[in-house]
Amino acid sequence: MIEAVLMMDAGEMNVESISPKNRDIIEVCLLAGKIMLQSGAETYRVEDTMFRIAASYGIPESHSFVTPTGIIFSIDGDDPSKLIRISERSTDLQKVTVVNSISRRISSGELSVQQALNELKEAEKAGMAYSIWVRIAAASISSGCFLIMFQGMWNDFIPAMVAGGLGFSCLLYLHALVQIKFFAEFLSSSVIGLVAILFVSTGMGFELDKIIIGSVMPLVPGLLITNAIRDLMAGHLVSGISKGAEAFLTAFAIGTGIAVVFSFY
Amino acid sequence: MIAQLITSFIASAGFGILFNTPKKSLLQCGLSGMIGWAFYIFLADNYVDSALAALIASLVVGLVSQYFAKRYKTPVIIFSVAGIIPLVPGGLAYDAMRNFVENDYNVALQLAAKTFIFSGAIAIGLVFSEVINQIIRKYN
Repeated sequence: MIEAVLMMDAGEMNVESISPKNRDIIEVCLLAGKIMLQSGAETYRVEDTMFRIAASYGIPESHSFVTPTGIIFSIDGDDPSKLIRISERSTDLQKVTVVNSISRRISSGELSVQQALNELKEAEKAGMAYSIWVRIAAASISSGCFLIMFQGMWNDFIPAMVAGGLGFSCLLYLHALVQIKFFAEFLSSSVIGLVAILFVSTGMGFELDKIIIGSVMPLVPGLLITNAIRDLMAGHLVSGISKGAEAFLTAFAIGTGIAVVFSFY
Repeated sequence: MIAQLITSFIASAGFGILFNTPKKSLLQCGLSGMIGWAFYIFLADNYVDSALAALIASLVVGLVSQYFAKRYKTPVIIFSVAGIIPLVPGGLAYDAMRNFVENDYNVALQLAAKTFIFSGAIAIGLVFSEVINQIIRKYN
């Protein structure tokens, strides 16, 4: 009886002496996966990164289940599996690159668990690389360029730039203001529709359709659509379908926003 | 033609900024977008079906992005996302939506189906480029 108790004690101690290290490794994997998923990386890249990090810290068997709204990660053994909820997603390829290079350095054995955790925490806090004005300028110039690519006239370049820039600033502002998804896209595209109609009816713009198409492009969920189909083809059916649904709803919100304006026009 | 190339370069690089791509990769983003768009308009001008043209163009974008990714040791997604932006059928989707709103469902459904096939073609092109890349890696 006493022996059994002693053995149990020994067993528990054994688990406790391993666990803190494993817990840190799990935390590193989950943080890396979370940052990548929130920044718009493909599902297979997220799973691959977590698997590699775990493997290079000496855990050959790890399992993960990644969907756009959460990650479940577990390693073989007594350690509990962990779940992380992801509510906010955006496209931030800089963070994807940074986490990717951190995971490369982990694989080559340059970083200890603690160092990796610190670097990842720093990467998570990093803000956008471009100021808000640069991004708005980029959106408006892209809108003008899209107009030309869709065989529009150079006369419509400035109207498309203005409409695209206003629509994109509206999107940024509303995303920070309202928590309801797709509402920001809906309202921004109505702003674009209104501005375009204003330009055409005052004679400063000519082809209404092309101005709207060009300026709506910065809102279009291009990354989501391709990531969705890529995920489906890679066998990540759950995330592929949910990303596809998100892309469809976003596109629908944009279309409805324009449609509402047209119905009054 | 030159205007098309320049605008597609600027538009892709501009989207690079919107997607917060690292500054040193912006030039390559613009390049991959420009190359893809050049292939697309060349093929579409020569009476190749537009979905097939999009497939070939996105295949080229994928190959170019994989080259850049290997060369600069960054994830492929950075270059391929900006590269396919000019190909995304925003105009078609818009036309479809507009026809739906104007209660012209026949035209709208046709356009919607076209949009779906077009975006499928882009994705298949990207996947093909990955397949080619994997085959090359296996034989090296």
